[in-house]
Amino acid sequence: MTTNATDATQNLPSSHFYVREHHPEQGTLLGFWLYLMSDCLLFAALFATYALLSHSYAGGPSGADIFDLPLVALNTGFLLVSSITFGFAMLQMQLKRVNGTLLWLGITGLLGAAFIGLELYEFSHLLGEGFGPQRSAFLTAFFALVGTHGLHVSFGIIWIIVIMVQVKRFGLTTDNSRRLMCLSMFWHFLDVVWIGVFTFVYLMGVLQ
Amino acid sequence: MSEHNAHPPSGDSHDHYQGHHGEETRPGHSTLKGYMIGFVLSVVLTAIPFWLVMANVIEGSGLTALVILAFAAAQIFVHMVYFLHMSPQAEGGWNLLALIFTLILVFIALAGSIWVMYNLNVNMMPGVMSEPVLEMQSQ
Repeated sequence: MTTNATDATQNLPSSHFYVREHHPEQGTLLGFWLYLMSDCLLFAALFATYALLSHSYAGGPSGADIFDLPLVALNTGFLLVSSITFGFAMLQMQLKRVNGTLLWLGITGLLGAAFIGLELYEFSHLLGEGFGPQRSAFLTAFFALVGTHGLHVSFGIIWIIVIMVQVKRFGLTTDNSRRLMCLSMFWHFLDVVWIGVFTFVYLMGVLQ
Repeated sequence: MSEHNAHPPSGDSHDHYQGHHGEETRPGHSTLKGYMIGFVLSVVLTAIPFWLVMANVIEGSGLTALVILAFAAAQIFVHMVYFLHMSPQAEGGWNLLALIFTLILVFIALAGSIWVMYNLNVNMMPGVMSEPVLEMQSQ
């Protein structure tokens, strides 16, 4: 009788922990989603700032004067294709193919680097013309918003490189798969933010 | 855990099995078909607004702005569903709840800022909305 009771109490916490054990797996993804949502608020503040200052040219150039839409379209294409290549990497991960995952991650990273390269070219071109962030409130808000997005993509590329080394060394372990799923959300989230940027900043900037 | 409650009898052992293999907790979501549908839709939804603006298709920039904003909203929705695998079931609904909460905050921040600052600009300078004064103000 007594032993039975002790067994029951001993079993209870272990089964309790067993149920809890796989909870953090989902917890990480949910937590990362909450981080993305807070990042979303950061971008909302930058978008609101840009919306308010987008007509304060201070005698300087307007969006229609400085935006090069074919360049932006090419950049948008890079980011869009990098989204689908990251999707292919995730499909390879589900099939437990290490080399396939690495290949598609590498292509995604290169497309991200091409995006950053074009953006830096655009920025240096503007700075060379004397249209830096100090020229007008419009350009300050523009560089703050687009630059913050570019910084996010740059850190995404660093993250891709780090995770590629991890997958190469340790394989597609549970930990690495979870990290890849977080990185996947991060990368797709940046593409979502870019939709807002090219629509609200570039296309609507040229319209006015 | 709410998924346990959602499918009590048969789903229970199934969920336990998935719990052991953490990365397979959402197996049906990432499919080649899903990614390709999302990709094709987002290419179309990107190309049309660029074409509308670059070829100057619609008369009147106000209408064009509304149309491309609608395309952006549609594309964000496509990305959420096909790339970020958003669904009311994801993480027992908490993902969607956090998203809706964030969207409300984003709406308040954007609409509120634009509304308040626009009224501030108008009311601080009654009747003098001419271009030189605006430029002086921003310098």
